[in-house]
Amino acid sequence: MVGVLLGVAVAFVVVKMWNNRIIEPDKDTKIVVDPSKVQGRGPDKAGYRSKYERLQKITSTTAARTPLQDLYGTITPSDLHFERHHAGIPEIDPEKHELLIHGLVEQPLVLKLKDLKRYPSVTRICFIECSGNFRYGKREMTPQEVCGLTSQSEWTGVLLSTILEEAGIKPQAEWFLAEGADGALMARSVPLKEALAEAMIAYAQNGEPIRPQQGYPMRLVIPGFEGNTQIKWLRRIELSEKPFMTREETSKYTEKIAKGKIRMFSLVMDARSIITYPAYPKKIEKGWHEIRGIAWSGRGKIKKVLISTDNGRKWNEAHLQGPVLEKAHTAFRYMWNWDGKPTRILSKAIDETGYIQPTYSQLVKARDSKGGYHFNPIVGWDIEKSGEVFLADVKDIK
Amino acid sequence: MLDSMNKISSFLFVVGALLLAISCSDRQAENVSYAAPSGEGEWKENLDHYQKTWPQKFGIGRQASKERIKKWDIDVNPQGERLPKGEGLASRGKEIYLAKCASCHGKNGHEGPYDQLVVTDTSKRNTIGNYWPYATTIFDYVRRAMPFNAPGSLSDQEVYDVTAYLLYRNKIIEEEYPVNANTLPQIEMPAKSRFVLDDRRGGNEIK
Repeated sequence: MVGVLLGVAVAFVVVKMWNNRIIEPDKDTKIVVDPSKVQGRGPDKAGYRSKYERLQKITSTTAARTPLQDLYGTITPSDLHFERHHAGIPEIDPEKHELLIHGLVEQPLVLKLKDLKRYPSVTRICFIECSGNFRYGKREMTPQEVCGLTSQSEWTGVLLSTILEEAGIKPQAEWFLAEGADGALMARSVPLKEALAEAMIAYAQNGEPIRPQQGYPMRLVIPGFEGNTQIKWLRRIELSEKPFMTREETSKYTEKIAKGKIRMFSLVMDARSIITYPAYPKKIEKGWHEIRGIAWSGRGKIKKVLISTDNGRKWNEAHLQGPVLEKAHTAFRYMWNWDGKPTRILSKAIDETGYIQPTYSQLVKARDSKGGYHFNPIVGWDIEKSGEVFLADVKDIK
Repeated sequence: MLDSMNKISSFLFVVGALLLAISCSDRQAENVSYAAPSGEGEWKENLDHYQKTWPQKFGIGRQASKERIKKWDIDVNPQGERLPKGEGLASRGKEIYLAKCASCHGKNGHEGPYDQLVVTDTSKRNTIGNYWPYATTIFDYVRRAMPFNAPGSLSDQEVYDVTAYLLYRNKIIEEEYPVNANTLPQIEMPAKSRFVLDDRRGGNEIK
């Protein structure tokens, strides 16, 4: 009797499970849902990427690198903007956040985010790059790993000059300290004259409020300057006669140069470029390819990008996507018919001041130093017979 | 009827425009067409025209009181301005260092795992003794951002003591040397003379 009952129970469970089984798409027989024959997903409040795309930053404990090789055009999607912070990302309630303007001003001011938004605004596209943005050492490196600490956004905010003129700049003022509200109270001295021309206190990035990783609710944006000066989570600006010599502008963000000297306040980012396709880990086929990449300069517009497909013997001008903006990532393109023979492809940026992106050995010779901040050498890619692409040895680039 | 209204209004418009041109020549910029680009795709295209419509003062935001400024004005510059009262001693600093700093910077200040602070004969890294140009920076930074797991938690007294200890361990001051608002800015750091200002200016040169 018990046996029969048990048998019925088992049979019941088996039937139930059979009915509820999940039918996986039959890959072998190619039975898949035809998207044109079913209703798709409904609208979504925040959007999402295709599940077939894997766009990701590479993270460490204090930084995250933009996947340059996976991007098109020149704007970095906000969630893929590089990160570098010194005490993590603070969570800031904009209602409680205040920006203090003081020091050599006629009238010290306190501004909240809603105050800032009432001032006349400007919008500008520019890159922000960490000045410690060069890695090398093995062949298996992607553009993201080599120099993924640069990103570009459309920033909206108030010109710094608008706010400082509201407070009234005293004539003795030549520098200011910008300080963040993070755990590091990140602080940098910035030369006032240079910053007044173009710096802004931004509260929006690519059309939305700045993300916490990028300084929510407000940050300094100084087009062309090294990223560290563009203080995120900005809470204080103090005008002064002299620089403050904070830790970040003395023991960090300075670089050893020739004759035992150490260069400080090297603020502007020199011109640079990188080919983002073809690049490791791609494998290419014989035939036509569009060599693509980005070039940028903290001193103005990119004037030219030169491409070599024969390891630097001949250089040809790449097409630049217009409008070419000042202090902005500029997309370059060059059509290339690969004959299937092993070779090396290189890119070289030239900016409107006439600065020519140097080779690694030129930089080493000029500075008597093999790395450090503001290291912007020409990089390139070795194409093997198999079509595999590897990072070229930077020391071997002429 | 409509026709005559139109005639009157266009007459008034012409008169108005003439009057404006005569009487407001200094404000003409406001009436310039925004359609004519001045900088062709530049971010500041026509910004100067827009700026002419701005008032001299907006009156947005509130005045900062002295107390408000004092609360946040913690920076210490090489002149030693705003250094608080008090005096630091290396012997007291040692205890604080071992309790709150050594786990990241090593018992002797050079074993890591994080930044090396104390210079040794074989230092290859940048340390306070071989790289930092100003002693005041130690006070400013420690008070601002250290210890890493509890930034801003040290009292001014503790910051003075740790500063003294770090200077002593880097053989920059004697163990008994009192570190205070007068003495700290006067301490000559070994690396100071190596620092030069950036002279890169773009153009066809590599620096």
